[in-house]
Amino acid sequence: MGRARNVLQHIIHSDKTYVCVMALHEAVPEDKIREVCREFVGDIYQKPPLKASVERRLRVRRIFSIEVQEIIGRLVLMVIHCEAGTYIRKLCHDIGEVLGVGAHMAELRRIHTGPFTEDENLVTMHELHEAVIALREYGDEKLLRKVILPVEYAVRNLPKIYIRDSAVDSICHGAPLAAPGVLHLTDDVMKGGLVAIMTLKGELVAIARALMRAHDMVEASQGIVAKPVRVIMKPGTYPRHWKSSKFVGKG
Amino acid sequence: MGILIKAEDTTDYSYGCPPDQRPIEQHIDLGVINLDKPPGPTSHEVTSWVKKLLGVEKAGHGGTLELN
Repeated sequence: MGRARNVLQHIIHSDKTYVCVMALHEAVPEDKIREVCREFVGDIYQKPPLKASVERRLRVRRIFSIEVQEIIGRLVLMVIHCEAGTYIRKLCHDIGEVLGVGAHMAELRRIHTGPFTEDENLVTMHELHEAVIALREYGDEKLLRKVILPVEYAVRNLPKIYIRDSAVDSICHGAPLAAPGVLHLTDDVMKGGLVAIMTLKGELVAIARALMRAHDMVEASQGIVAKPVRVIMKPGTYPRHWKSSKFVGKG
Repeated sequence: MGILIKAEDTTDYSYGCPPDQRPIEQHIDLGVINLDKPPGPTSHEVTSWVKKLLGVEKAGHGGTLELN
């Protein structure tokens, strides 16, 4: 919601896990099905479907795993862990082709995107509605606080850089993060990878692209270490420590 | 995962706010919901309901199943 919305488009590029029911068009022996599914683990080529919102160009997607959970007649229940942007409908179709009988996707449910899973914190429309009523009618915030998670939850899987209070406001205005502003960081920060820039209070300031890996960041005494790609915190939340003359015309 | 320390400093609690202590309006504005989307309506429609329900101007959704 609100400012937190800006985080999500960066999160949707993380891996996905789906539960899927594939319907075969003719019966096939179980071991054959399992064998073919195993063949699809790894890098596969896919052309986006006709009604897709991206360019229809052959692209490579990685399938991390396909677990066949149950086979009942022509229906195959499987759990697929794959890279973002994998078309499961297409995958089912292709598995059907290799099996030689044809297949289509009968049902699909995503159970995991980046930090979001189906088991934890999953909220129904009814629960959300009840929580809003509890606040509006009875002034009770408890439910809504349970139903709505802080935006920091959405970046819990990202590498993190914790910065000085004095470095916060310039980042909020879109300035890059300089080495002296860094206090500590997680060792999984990679050069070119996304990171969450955090305050010492644990607030998300921005999502940024790291310009060096964690160990080099610790050694750096000056220079830019990360560039914000999406600022979340409102400017003015922390006091301003930077000189305005350098930023004339940037608002 | 390890933590690498570059420098030590403290934070001033007269500004900013730890995520679990935000006033409710701020908590909503800086909040995400792991919503169990009902199968009928589109993600877009559900987003619009949630916006109306919470009285927020902006809301987005982090993914849709339709095209997969």
